[in-house]
Amino acid sequence: MPTVGVGRDRLYAALGKTYTQEEFEELCFDFGIELDDVTTEKAIIRKEKHLDDEGGKGDEDEEVIYKIEVPANRYDLLCLEGIAQSLRVFNGQEDIPTYKLANISKESMIKMHVKSETSSIRPFVVCAVLRGVTFDEASYNSFIDLQDKLHQNICRRRTLVAIGTHDLDTLQAPFTYEALPPSSINFVPLKQVKNFRADELMEFYKSDLKLKKFLHIIENSPVFPVLYDHKRTVLSLPPIINGAHSAITLKTKNVFVECTATDLTKAKIVLNTIVTAFSAYCKRKFEIEPVEVLYSDGSSHVYPDLSIYNMDVSLSYVNSYAGVSLEAKEVTGLLKRMQLHAEQSKSDNITVSVPPTRSDILHPCDVVEDVAIAYGFNNIPMRKHIPTSEPVSLKPLALNEFTELIRSEIAMNGFTEVLTFILGSWKENFPMLRCKDDKSKAVVIGNPRSSDCELVRTSLMPGILKTVNNNKDHPKPIKIFEVGDIVLLDEKTDVGARNRCQLAALYCGATSGLELIHGLVDRIMEAVGASFVPLGDNTGYFIETSDDPEFLPGRQASIIYKGKRIGVFGILHPEVLNNFDIPDPCSYVELNVESLL
Amino acid sequence: MAEEAILGYLESKDEISDSGQFATERGLDHNEVVNVIKSLHGFRYVVAQDIKREMWILTDEGNAYTVTGSPEVQLFLAIPPEGIPKEELQKKLDPSVFKIGSAQAAKRKWVEMGKQLVTRKIQHVEDEVKNLLLQIQDGQAVNQDEIKALKARKLIVPQTWKGYLVKKGPNYAPKRKKVATDLTRENLQRGDWKELEFKEYNFSAKGLPIESGHLHPLLKVRHQLKGIFRQMGFEEMPTNNYVESSFWNFDALFQPQQHPARDSHDTFFLQVPSTTKQLPEDYVERVKQIHESGGYQSRGYGYDWKREEADKNLLRTHTTAVSSRMLYALAQKPFVPKKYYSIDRVFRNEAVDRTHLAEFHQIEGLVCDRGLALGDLLGVLKEFFSRLGMSKLRFKPAYNPYTEPSMEIFSYHEGLGKWVEIGNSGMFRPEMLLPMGLPEDVRVIAWGLSLERPTMILYGIDNIRDLFGHKVDLGLIKKNSICRLGL
Repeated sequence: MPTVGVGRDRLYAALGKTYTQEEFEELCFDFGIELDDVTTEKAIIRKEKHLDDEGGKGDEDEEVIYKIEVPANRYDLLCLEGIAQSLRVFNGQEDIPTYKLANISKESMIKMHVKSETSSIRPFVVCAVLRGVTFDEASYNSFIDLQDKLHQNICRRRTLVAIGTHDLDTLQAPFTYEALPPSSINFVPLKQVKNFRADELMEFYKSDLKLKKFLHIIENSPVFPVLYDHKRTVLSLPPIINGAHSAITLKTKNVFVECTATDLTKAKIVLNTIVTAFSAYCKRKFEIEPVEVLYSDGSSHVYPDLSIYNMDVSLSYVNSYAGVSLEAKEVTGLLKRMQLHAEQSKSDNITVSVPPTRSDILHPCDVVEDVAIAYGFNNIPMRKHIPTSEPVSLKPLALNEFTELIRSEIAMNGFTEVLTFILGSWKENFPMLRCKDDKSKAVVIGNPRSSDCELVRTSLMPGILKTVNNNKDHPKPIKIFEVGDIVLLDEKTDVGARNRCQLAALYCGATSGLELIHGLVDRIMEAVGASFVPLGDNTGYFIETSDDPEFLPGRQASIIYKGKRIGVFGILHPEVLNNFDIPDPCSYVELNVESLL
Repeated sequence: MAEEAILGYLESKDEISDSGQFATERGLDHNEVVNVIKSLHGFRYVVAQDIKREMWILTDEGNAYTVTGSPEVQLFLAIPPEGIPKEELQKKLDPSVFKIGSAQAAKRKWVEMGKQLVTRKIQHVEDEVKNLLLQIQDGQAVNQDEIKALKARKLIVPQTWKGYLVKKGPNYAPKRKKVATDLTRENLQRGDWKELEFKEYNFSAKGLPIESGHLHPLLKVRHQLKGIFRQMGFEEMPTNNYVESSFWNFDALFQPQQHPARDSHDTFFLQVPSTTKQLPEDYVERVKQIHESGGYQSRGYGYDWKREEADKNLLRTHTTAVSSRMLYALAQKPFVPKKYYSIDRVFRNEAVDRTHLAEFHQIEGLVCDRGLALGDLLGVLKEFFSRLGMSKLRFKPAYNPYTEPSMEIFSYHEGLGKWVEIGNSGMFRPEMLLPMGLPEDVRVIAWGLSLERPTMILYGIDNIRDLFGHKVDLGLIKKNSICRLGL
């Protein structure tokens, strides 16, 4: 969930009311956001620099910052302006704002011409203008922060959408959106004084902690996306950096917003989010000047698209979905508090006008949720569900029930249960066990964060041996067991791999305890009702010498049950013990539980 | 023997004034006498008072001289009357005997260490050192100057001698009664258990540790939770498939392909087997439709849905991947209501810390029936969590891509004095259920939580690695109490 930092005092000013922290937390809880942390600018810097928090309480006059966690699909709540407005409307302090486009003719509209080359790298652009904006330091910072938050969230770190905001008065329309070879693009980027060629700039930013993360998006393309004004001034090199020339300042009055994208739906949402939130600072509040985007194929689009989406929701659906019995009037009243204008259109029907700020409303069920939030989740009467038809009887999962029984049996035989990780390193799964990886067994992780999660275990042995290693001080003998799943590649399944339930037990002491592990094998087989039969007999189980690399030669054997090898036990090979840094001899058994079912 | 002697002596005499003397007189070993006195004292047959004496004992070197004679005498005797060249004398004797002996003999003016020959100055010597050492060994008194000289030569060292003065005690009897520490088979056979006096048993100490096996605490909690689900009429889902396709884990759940959870920062994608080979094609088509352009009254997400993304294999990030398979299977037959649960391992490619691991157990419960409402979810959560001992609940609106409404579940923790988040819940979106083919009025209410978190709260564990994995202390598993959840 994204977290937005807002100044507490500014927020309360915007809400027109001062709350105690508890009161504000209650309000957040009811609305579905969360006060995650209360901090200050200095404390954040200290934390970033990993400085001690000593004396951190510090200055009384430092501005208190509320870190507010908002739902990931509510882009309109990614800035103070959006949060404050939603809460004001939720509290009934304010009506739902109506956003509108400035009434200008198509001829006088600012134009953005899109060149066909952009289709190969970043095909979409949407634009808008905010006229007569008055920024103060706080609103200016909020404007910058919102772009950051959008870039981090819906824009997927600028891969899907990149935002550029410009001081329109420094530029001259019409604009063009082009894709050109890097060597032919030259401009002074934001925060720099010198002119860079685009390919040099990419090299230059490789050492920039913030920007280097975005270079990969266009790096390998023969052409880079770029926006120019009429005088060939570079507005931006999306998704990397804006030009210094058109940088906005506190004094900027007219803001030109452009969003370039690979995903048009998201570009429109991003543009709407920015312009609706900051149109509150425009001379004509909530009015946005449109821009015409013209493609080389002759098609033309006017942005932003502030159209209302009308959704018909039946009253009975709302009531049956939420489990309430409300009148249409009550429902429309509740929706109003959630910034959804709604009207009863027919007897059972409510038409909901979804504003451009609420891209999260996809389906009538989203409307139901808003009704339920405004009504109060905790006010909805609890119901005791009575199934529309009773199930005849419940079936147990045989394997899971069986493993429960087997685990108890082994514990009753004096072994202590451990629970180890499914993920492990390649090394401990193969070479440390003296095994070769023939690539036919193990599921391999493509993006491991560390060597601890390189693959999925193909035996319980590494986890058990690591447990022994970590319990060197435990009094001997150590008698432990685990029943758990391994995963093996299997062409016959849809995904190409399957789980298998295994059982492992280990004895570690001054002597190997082989007879004891052997005895446990006999007891397990006795417990599952398998009889001990002569070698080669397929009606029960017998033990046959084996030659597995994990075990000491001559002191290991296969367990053959109904003619199939289901497991192996023996004294662990001293090299294996050494690999896991275990100084004492160990005997070990591992077998396939599923074969005993 | 010693016990009889002591108790017998005290029958007629008031006291034994010196245990050492008592032992010597009767030819008993003093150590044995001391042990018997201690034991008799312990049972208050006698009262013993410590007595101490400083005495001298022979060092190893001193002891050796009582047998071989002092080095000076050995050296003297090694010199023939006619004298002997120094080198030859040296050869005849042990180097240390020669060294000490020649110094001492010269000091006593017994020998002349001439340039050519070593000769006797007197004809007869007495081995005083040896005699003194024997006297000390016998415990006889020796005068202080002699002691000083022997001590200087490190032939004797002081030692504190300890003994006892012994009188009758309150429980005195001429013969000790047998004291037993345990009742034995022999006692029963002989019938002498009637005469047994038992040594007091120390009940303030703990008994012997029991040799036994133990189940893992996390799985004990799982067992109780399974019981709770069963009592509520839930059926277990088969969750033994850690490898899953993105399709069942995400796409089927109406989780868009650009959703942050599908980032490699959060999910383990697989190199081998990298893709899934088989998906129900007609269903895949419906899922693609709903993502791209909507349907079933939904607007959809409006993006290009890619099959390659859906085919990517991963380690399931939630057991809801199994729920989606189960619900899809359910939709392929005439509808019957179901209540399902599972508790199994899930995987997240997250940074590991005190409360997060790359793998953990997810508890999931779901009810699938016609006409279910949010009120039913509240009701089933109330019942489930009450059985876990959490009856004070409240619900916060939240966001989850596949549930709507979505609610975070909070429980009031008496110990912490605050509301703590204990799980997530919601109603599966129609965009998830309808493409599966479930009837339109069928709704699914579901909730999930981790197994580790309630267990950590239950057992007061604050680091998840102390509960789960190979770093867990076996001692802790053994000390663990029974899980009373659901009692």
